[in-house]
Parts: sequence; structure tokens; C-alpha cells
Amino acid sequence: MTLTVPATPNTSAMSRPPMVPEGQRLAGHWLIIAASVLLLGILIAQTLEASGLAPLGLGTWRLSLYAYLVWAVAIGVGQVLMRGEAGYKALFLLPALLFTIALVIFPTVFGLYIAFSEWNLSSFEGQKFNGLDNLRTLINDAYFWNALRNMTFYVLSVFIQYTLAFGLALLLNADIRARKFFRVAFLLPFMLSPVAVSWMIGKSLMEFRFGPLAGLMRHLGWDSPAFFATPWIARFSIIALDAWVWIPFMIIMLLAGLQAIPKDIQEAAKVDGASPWSTFWQMTFPLMLPVSVTTIVLRIIFQLKLADIVINTTSGGPGGATDTISSFIFREYRDRSNVGYGTMVAEVYLVIIIVFMTLLLNAVGRFMRREAAQ
Amino acid sequence: MSGPDQTMLYPISKQPWNWSRMAGKVFIYGALIFWAFICLFPIYWTVSTSFKTAVNVTQGDIIPFLGRFQGDWKGWRALGLSPDTIFQVSTVRDEFMLRFANSLIVSIGAPVLAVLIGAPAAYGLSRFQYKFGPWRNKDISFFFLSQLLLPPVVLAMPFLVLYKELALLDSVIGLILIYTLTVLPIVIWIMRDQFDTIPIELEQAAMVDGCGVWGAFIRIVMPIALPGMVAAFILAVILCWNEYFFAALLTSTSAKTLPVMVASQTGSQGISWWTMAALSTGAIAPLVVIGVFLERYIVKGLTAGAVK
Repeated sequence: MTLTVPATPNTSAMSRPPMVPEGQRLAGHWLIIAASVLLLGILIAQTLEASGLAPLGLGTWRLSLYAYLVWAVAIGVGQVLMRGEAGYKALFLLPALLFTIALVIFPTVFGLYIAFSEWNLSSFEGQKFNGLDNLRTLINDAYFWNALRNMTFYVLSVFIQYTLAFGLALLLNADIRARKFFRVAFLLPFMLSPVAVSWMIGKSLMEFRFGPLAGLMRHLGWDSPAFFATPWIARFSIIALDAWVWIPFMIIMLLAGLQAIPKDIQEAAKVDGASPWSTFWQMTFPLMLPVSVTTIVLRIIFQLKLADIVINTTSGGPGGATDTISSFIFREYRDRSNVGYGTMVAEVYLVIIIVFMTLLLNAVGRFMRREAAQ
Repeated sequence: MSGPDQTMLYPISKQPWNWSRMAGKVFIYGALIFWAFICLFPIYWTVSTSFKTAVNVTQGDIIPFLGRFQGDWKGWRALGLSPDTIFQVSTVRDEFMLRFANSLIVSIGAPVLAVLIGAPAAYGLSRFQYKFGPWRNKDISFFFLSQLLLPPVVLAMPFLVLYKELALLDSVIGLILIYTLTVLPIVIWIMRDQFDTIPIELEQAAMVDGCGVWGAFIRIVMPIALPGMVAAFILAVILCWNEYFFAALLTSTSAKTLPVMVASQTGSQGISWWTMAALSTGAIAPLVVIGVFLERYIVKGLTAGAVK
């Protein structure tokens, strides 16, 4: 996919000299060194102040943030001075790269540091290193394992959503009138804020006394339609809510895939007199396999972050039955201010996600290659 | 699928009005209308509930102007947004408008920043060969995309501590920075897909005419890539407008956004349905408008790179 730029810059030779003058190159070199020294100096000074060794009166760490910004600009200018055309090209990538690195690398490393300490924001003691204690707590924490088990259900529910979404995408792809209306209507749930959805459906439509859905259920013969009172029903209610929000996403992906299937292939199958059922299984479904896999993998990635709906509808209840890892940590942070332990759970969860996704992507890759070979 | 002329060509379905075809049509439209109802009813329910009175709520009235449910400004009056209160002083309205404005600033600011730094990065990754230590383009792209895997919970606490030290806690700037981080991978993904479809000859021609790489990018490529940029921008706006997790943890009084306000109201038991419905309506209205008018771009953004 990547396009290569011609190696010899003969086109740009007209606008810029091909070789960077020695003085300019040196200037860039020194600029970067000076900026780095400045950044390092400020960082050391602020660390000294923070550790109480040197009261320099620098205030918050804002200064380091500004120093980083200056350093980032200097790196950019230095690149251009030192490498000319190539520097201009590097300038495309540098802002995004420096931004992401600054905002991700530091928190991840710092997160590891917090994870191995006892730190409760509501107590006066402050942060205290406690080795593997948090990890030991985690292994014995029934709520963590419970949340992890729930995550399995939530991830598996993606496949039910996929089946439904595939059916709806097929319907949308059929020869229908008012397709635009249906497409917009089907998309809308995806646009709404999960917090609002939690109230709109979870706390009002499904409300025990006055909710129309509860009324409908009573009408159908369910005497006490309490959607969030018993573990399994609550779990399925959350799955239904989550499906309502996310099925539109899968419909859109699958519909795009269906529309990319050349029409003449479908017509040919029709001429052969194949029934719609066998056309689907022998032609449409195999052709849709790559899109399906992409959709499911993306959806699983998003599902692993499931939190907002659970936090706002059930807060993980009853008895942790609907907890996701994220909602569990959220309560650990906000209700108990237990920063150290919460971060440890988050870091362990990240490791689980990375291992799981690596295995999943490997399996998917092997599966796709085998399909392609056939 | 087959029009009248095709029925003549292929005698398999000779009768255009046979019963199984009719049944098929009925099934298709039945299922479509059923699902459209499932999608739209909660939205209708919320909007209509904001015009209900206590009796309408307890009796479960659904259709307005028939019998009891005549419509009432009760819910909106509590927010200070009904016709009779709109010109009066209302602390709740001030609060609501402040949250609304915060949400607006954050969900415009972060996507703008993400597109500003993401689009050039995507262009660079699409056109040039980079070497960053042992990393090549593929690795750099993967680095950006892998940010999608990172669950918010992992970043939340370090950011809380970091922002505290940087005095960015409970500030709009702080939220914009972290939202930019979360939507940047998506923006880069969509934009790269867009740039890959633009023929490189255009830029080469521009460079022969004396444009530098940046000149060619801004003057030639960006206008062509505009639809992709709009798609990426709108998708980012949706994600930022709806974001709750970081907003709930990193803001408290001044920078609180609309979802946090909605959530804090759902938590309290005594809150009345009509007020809650009016609040939810306010929170979802901008997105429903975006969804209805810009559906094309949202679909384009979501399906970028999925279908080759």
C-alpha cells in the first residue's frame, strides 16, 4: 500500500538545494543539543524540587510541559535545518509521534510505578511502595475474577450481535424503497451517548413500575419484569443495551462489504437457479469473510472497553453480576480512591488484552490464510 | 431484484407476482420496519417524556394528543428552557448551558487538533519511507493503531496524577489533550486510507511547478482529501461528545461535560422523569441532527479501510 517517493529529489532540486550547507547542518545540530540540554536541565531541577532537595520555587510541573513543547519545536526545526528535504518530510510525522509518545509512554511507565504502591487518595499517607502486595490482593479478589468472567460473556455476545447485524445488512442490501430512511434510522443508536442511553432505556424504558418495556413484558406474562434484579437477567439486559448501541456499527461495516460484492456474481448465481439459502452460504458468506473478520475484531476491541453503560445503569450490580473490568476499576477509583490497587488491576488487564489480542490476531491470520489457500 | 425486462430474459421467475415473492417482500419490509421501530422508539420515548406530566408517566401514556397526554413544558421548565422561563434567571439553565458549552468546546477542539496533527502524519505514512531507529512505516502505523487497544482505565489514573502535577485537572485543555489522544489513531487510519486513493502523479506535477512537499500537500492533496477529512472529523466529534469515562474522572466543577451532568442526575433517586428526559434530549439532540444530515460521512469514516 505504501507508495515510495522517488529516491533522487530531482523535482525538488529546483526549489531547494539538494545538499544542505555545512553551516546550516551544524546550526540544526546545535539547536537540538541546546534544546535537549534545556529540557533535561528543567526536568532535573523539577525532580530535585519535587523530592525536596532544592527549593527552587518552580511551582507545578507545567514548566516541564513547556520545556517539552520547546524541545519538540526545536527537534522539528533542527530536522529541517540538518536534513533539508528529508527534514520537511519528517515534519509530517513528528507532531503526531511526539504527541502520542508524550501522552502514552509517560502514563504507562508512571502507571507501573503507581501499580506497585499502596496509595489511597483519601488518606493522608500518600504513596507508599508495597511491592507485589497489590498483585496478591488481585489474585484473591473474587470481584476481579467475576468481572473477568463477565467480560467473556460480553465478548461472546459480539457474535450474537454479528448474526443480527448480518441479517439486517442483508435486508438493507435487498432491493428496497426508502433505503436512505432505514439506513439513517439504523445508524442513530450508535450516535447517542451511552450515558443518555443508560437512562433512556436502562432506567426508563426498562423501569419496573412505569417503563413501557416492563409493561409489555407484564402483558406477555412475565409477572415481575425486573430487568436488573437477578444476575443472569441483568447480564442479558446489559448485553441487549450494548447491542442496541453497537449493532449499527456492525450493520454499516457489513453493508459496505455487501455493496462491494460485484453485482454480476450475484446475478450469475441467480441465473444458475441457486436458492437464496445456498447462494448465501456458498457465495455471499465466503466473500464476506474478510469484512466479517475485520468487523468482529474491531468490535471485540471496543467491547473490551465496555464501561459507560454498566456504570450508569447498574453500577456493576446486582452483586457484581454485570461488572466489567473497566466499571470495576472505575468504582475502585471514584468511590474508594484506591489508586494503587486500581492501577494494578488496569495494568494486569492491559497485559491480558495484549496477550488475548495477539492470540486472536494470530488465529485469525492463520484462519484467513487457510481460507485463501482453498 | 429482477425488473420486468429480466423476467422476460430468464424464465425461472416467470410470474412477477407469485406468492413467495410477495411473502418475501412482506417479510423484508416487516423486519426493516420492526428494527427501525426498535432504533427510533427510545429516542421518541425520551423526547415525548420530556413533555409529560406525572400522570402521563405513571399511566405510561405514549401517544400524545389522545386523551390525557396533552403535552406539558414541565421537564423543560425545570431546566429553565420552557417558553415561560426562558427569559427568567435560572441556575439550572446556566449549569446546563455551561456543560453544553464545555462539551461543544471539547468535542470541536480535540477533533480539530487530531486532524491537524493526524492528517500530515497519515500523509507522511502514505507517501514517504520513514526510518525511526529500527522502526519502519509499518511499525509506526502499528504504534498509532495499537493505541486503540489501550483501555481508558489504564490511562485514567496516571493522567489524574499527571494532570494534578501539571495543574490541568478539571480544565478543558486537559480534556482536549486526552480526547485528541483517543481519536488520533482513528483519524490517522481514515486519512491514510483516503490518501492511498489519491494518485501520486498530482503531487509530482505540483512539485515540478515549484511546490515543496508541504506546498503540494496543502494546495493539491488536502482539497482532494477533504471528504475523508470531514469523515474523520465527524467521527471524532461523535466520540468526544459522548465520552464519559475520562470526563467523569478528570473533571469536577468547571470543565464538567454534558454526559457527566446527565450521569450525575441519573444517580440521584428523586429526580423526575420529565426533567431527566429533557436533559437527555438536550444531550442527544446535536448528534441526532448530525446523524440525519451527515450520515454519508459517518458511514465513510466507519468503513474506511474495511473494504478493499
